[in-house]
Amino acid sequence: MRYVADLANLRLDGEEIVRMQKDLDEILTHIDKLNELDTSNVQPMAQVLYEQEEGATLRADIEQPPLANDIALANAPLAGSGCFKVPKVIER
Amino acid sequence: MDTRALTIGEIHEGLSAKKFSAVELASEALRFAETENPKTNALLRLAPERALAAAEQVDRKIAAGEPLGSLAGVPIAVKDVIVTKGLTTTCGSRLLETFVPPYDATAVERLEQAGALLIGKANCDEFAMGSSNENSAFGPVRNPHAPDRVPGGSSGGSAASVAQGTSVVALGSDTGGSVRQPASFCGVVGVTPTYGRVSRYGLVAFASSLDHIGTFGRTVKDAATLLKTIAGRDPADSTSAAAPVPDYPALLDGNIKGVRIGLPKEYFQDAVSETAGLVTKGVKVLEKLGATVKEVNLPTTEYAIACYYIICTAEASANLARYDGVRYTTRSPHSETLSDMYRNTRGEGFGAECKRRIMLGTYVLSAGYYDAYYLKAQKVRTLIAQDFADAFREVDAIVTPVSPFPAFKLGEKLDDPMQMYLSDIYTITCDLAGIPGMSVPCGKTAAGLPVGMQILTRHFDEAGMFRIADAFERAGGVD
Repeated sequence: MRYVADLANLRLDGEEIVRMQKDLDEILTHIDKLNELDTSNVQPMAQVLYEQEEGATLRADIEQPPLANDIALANAPLAGSGCFKVPKVIER
Repeated sequence: MDTRALTIGEIHEGLSAKKFSAVELASEALRFAETENPKTNALLRLAPERALAAAEQVDRKIAAGEPLGSLAGVPIAVKDVIVTKGLTTTCGSRLLETFVPPYDATAVERLEQAGALLIGKANCDEFAMGSSNENSAFGPVRNPHAPDRVPGGSSGGSAASVAQGTSVVALGSDTGGSVRQPASFCGVVGVTPTYGRVSRYGLVAFASSLDHIGTFGRTVKDAATLLKTIAGRDPADSTSAAAPVPDYPALLDGNIKGVRIGLPKEYFQDAVSETAGLVTKGVKVLEKLGATVKEVNLPTTEYAIACYYIICTAEASANLARYDGVRYTTRSPHSETLSDMYRNTRGEGFGAECKRRIMLGTYVLSAGYYDAYYLKAQKVRTLIAQDFADAFREVDAIVTPVSPFPAFKLGEKLDDPMQMYLSDIYTITCDLAGIPGMSVPCGKTAAGLPVGMQILTRHFDEAGMFRIADAFERAGGVD
């Protein structure tokens, strides 16, 4: 649990870990049901596909103005000098 | 003026005949929402300035004798996972409590261009994850038909608002049933179009291969009119389809003679008898209207929940990685390092259901488990889509219950996520296959709780589904 929480960048407290373990166990037990199905000759489906003209998903290659810097930063919890600010990354 | 029962057609007629102005209508709708909304908590915030400004525009057009848009003067609620420029959009999450989007979703842009009045943002489960609307950080929504019960989820606020009359139509989003299930619980029409029919630009991503924007209305025609307005190719969403959009409301003539309807036995065995009984009664009405009915098989149905909860959580764990306290979320204040800041922000900000899905999704994608879970689920998804393709060679539409049971009590399933997940059994197959589906009201249980009948059709055949639902509605449903 702690390893997966680490991968997900998620802080969980002790109580949450216990609860999570129980819930995920139950869900994964249900998920094991999929092993009843033989899928050895089945192609995986990653996306809904339908007949469409070639190139239909491409947009016209026209330059669009991006969001202005101040607008892009407007929702940031901390910004300065036109950048997002975060706690320090490198220890000195 | 009673805004509670108005339809788009009546609004159009009233405006054209100058029985009321759009500003009068907007003011009345806002006044009604202000007094009534606290009873359900369906709307998280009202947008009086925006609605009144749009209404003034409509009145100007009327005064100038210009033609009116398809939604002119129509009060609409928009689920809070769909971004609205300058209007706070929270996704039902503490993390986005103060997020003010810098742009409008394409669907919002199109409905406002058609003259709609955006009355407010609708409550929902956090990041659209849930089947009861109890996962909203801003409190649950109460079902307008029974205040001690849930409205369904995740678009519970949209469904409840239309049922309660604080909006005439509403936008929701559907990833595993989040439009159809609340529509059935609240006794309104709910539509999930074909995957790709409506642009998802500006719909905050939950599970990208499954997410749709859907519509709610009190009548089939209203929900169809809203869909027609927002559907169609959008260069800003590469998954939006170029297929032409038919004039849905113009195709509703009440005639379904010779339409072939399939009943999958897998969808009628689990339903608590009252729900299945009402839907079976509904099918009899369709037969009386001239449809032919036969049994069909969708044999992979029992594996759909397992398949869905792998794919949707895997995609969600990736999509929710962006809420890290850097660009637009609230940030945990007590963090020395960047890595601590990420972990604390996410740990403090996400609710229990989001954390559960992030954890499950991260696990099924983690090294060594990918093939056993994610790839396996993608293969089962192919089988589910194949089930429908096979069935649609024999029939034009498939009819089922929307949910195994009507609206349940607030708190009833909150502590048992697996029970909550199982309640999606009849709606998730549609999303996995990418076909259109809708819920149309199909009577009430003895306790007075609405039940919905689900209609499923082939890719891009929303028109076929609307025609059946409309004929059913014209015939008076099962009442």
